[in-house]
Amino acid sequence: MKGESFLTRNIGSFTGALESVILTDDLSRRQGLLQSLDPRVKVFTFALFIVVVGLARSLWILCAIFAIVIILSFLAKLSLVFFLKRVLLFVPFTAIIAIPALFITPGQPLVEIAGKAIMTQQGVHTAGFLILRVVDSVSFGMLLILTTPWTNILVSLRWFRLPPLIVDILGMTYRYISLLLHNVNSMFLARRSRTIGGFSGAENRRWLARSLATTMAKSQHLSEEVYLAMLSRGYQGEIYVLNPLKFKFRDSVWAAIAVIVAAILLWGNYR
Amino acid sequence: MHIPDGYLSPVTCGTMYAISLPFWYLAVNRVRKVLTHRTVPVLALFAAFAFVLMMFNVPLPGGTTGHAVGGTLLAVVLGPWAAILGISVVLGIQALFFGDGGLMTFGANVFNMAIVLPLVGYFVYKVISSNSESNSPRRLIGAVIGSYFGIVAASLVAGIELGIQPGLSHALDGTPLYAPYGLNVAVPAMLIGHLLVAGPIEALVTGGVFAYLQRTHSSLVKADVPGKKEGKLWVLWGAVGLAALATPIGLLASGTAWGEWGAEQLKQRGFSFIPQGLEKIAGWWPAPLPGYGFPRMGAVIGYILSAFLGIAVVAFLLWILGRWLSRKNSAKQQASNGRGSAG
Repeated sequence: MKGESFLTRNIGSFTGALESVILTDDLSRRQGLLQSLDPRVKVFTFALFIVVVGLARSLWILCAIFAIVIILSFLAKLSLVFFLKRVLLFVPFTAIIAIPALFITPGQPLVEIAGKAIMTQQGVHTAGFLILRVVDSVSFGMLLILTTPWTNILVSLRWFRLPPLIVDILGMTYRYISLLLHNVNSMFLARRSRTIGGFSGAENRRWLARSLATTMAKSQHLSEEVYLAMLSRGYQGEIYVLNPLKFKFRDSVWAAIAVIVAAILLWGNYR
Repeated sequence: MHIPDGYLSPVTCGTMYAISLPFWYLAVNRVRKVLTHRTVPVLALFAAFAFVLMMFNVPLPGGTTGHAVGGTLLAVVLGPWAAILGISVVLGIQALFFGDGGLMTFGANVFNMAIVLPLVGYFVYKVISSNSESNSPRRLIGAVIGSYFGIVAASLVAGIELGIQPGLSHALDGTPLYAPYGLNVAVPAMLIGHLLVAGPIEALVTGGVFAYLQRTHSSLVKADVPGKKEGKLWVLWGAVGLAALATPIGLLASGTAWGEWGAEQLKQRGFSFIPQGLEKIAGWWPAPLPGYGFPRMGAVIGYILSAFLGIAVVAFLLWILGRWLSRKNSAKQQASNGRGSAG
């Protein structure tokens, strides 16, 4: 990789992550049905659906769940193209992994060439399971994060009795990820604006190590400053959060529907 | 190495959460004791750093690129317990926001990348670098070799988790319901990729950053967290022992390890042509424990004993390497001190 493409590629990866963070925050504040639900109910029901996806033993159930996902994305007022793009992003990787399984899984032949089984029915099924399960599970994770502000997810995690220390670290990490991404992005942009032509791979690696080490030292320094800032605001080892969340009637309706649908889908396993 | 949802059966996912929980519990307690009120800002900032580190595209010689995990680097700078928490937090954010790794498989991903990786990496680092100066090349070598071993060990564990799936859960007609490949495919597939690409990237990034920190920010390299004492090695030895106890999992694999066939097995596999060279050298190196088993001993016991013996031999070699490097380094330092006082 020459200098130019090395820098461009890294800048692309940083800005991509930053954009996605900003966009997520933006979308989660839209006025849709999913956005109006209590985050605790959403965390619970979506986790329930992810478990159902994990337990499903038929391709039909997995297809039905994907149909539910599409309906939910409408209810969240998400653009279908945008949502599918984000979810189907994960298909190619899994498809590459699943393709050999089409041919090497032993079973009843589906396609035969010259008397030899080329593709087996079991192979097609196992590849289908893998791809559909990945798509379905990723969809629920995405729906949750695209329709719920991060702070509300953190409040629900506390409500679910996750240790406050972990929740505090999660919240603060997320905030500083944006800052550090901004920093390294500026570093790379500055470097790129001073670069004519390319550098050798070895020079790029050295520069990369230097910028990472500098960022690491900066993070340590910043953590000290943040700690002092927290102390001066009265921090004594615990962060207090206001809980603005309230269960509404529609939350219980949604929870009831979700549990019934999940039970029906699981029942499909034993039919 | 982020395993997405759908690759592991719910039973495996639950088990991996259960295995990771005590590590989290221990890590939270230990880190709190050392960092007290600083825990939240220090871990948050370093976790954010680890996240950014994983976004860097690293150019490898030969044109390929990839990402590092940085678990060993974090363990070396912050200590292994803080690294466990830091990388776990990063994995959680990646799974939630970017769909990188699943939510059900989160426990498994944490075990591979946030527990096995930093613990193995830190252990090797400690063995090679024990009692050396903060700017000693032994520390650098320890960090490089440690990070390589760390990521390879993590990939091995991930390969085992994926490889046991078809045996654990399949439909009535034999269709595997989750990851479709057995241990004989999954383990070598994971290992080869990590031995050849991800391992060198991890070692390259860890080594590069560590060397720069040694020159410019030596306080970071000394793990100079306020009140931090030298970590107790026995905890790490315990972790290695536990890992060795898990070796019976290897017995689930049928047949010979991928690519380790002897001439006879190649014939059984339908190879009609055996490279002449292979036949010639076949009897040249009589393995002391052929097939990893002691002669005339139960296969299982022999297998486990071989594992322990192998670990002991590797640890001993690393210890010798460490001793040799420390002697060389102290001799060099004495020489330079002598010059200093003379001049």
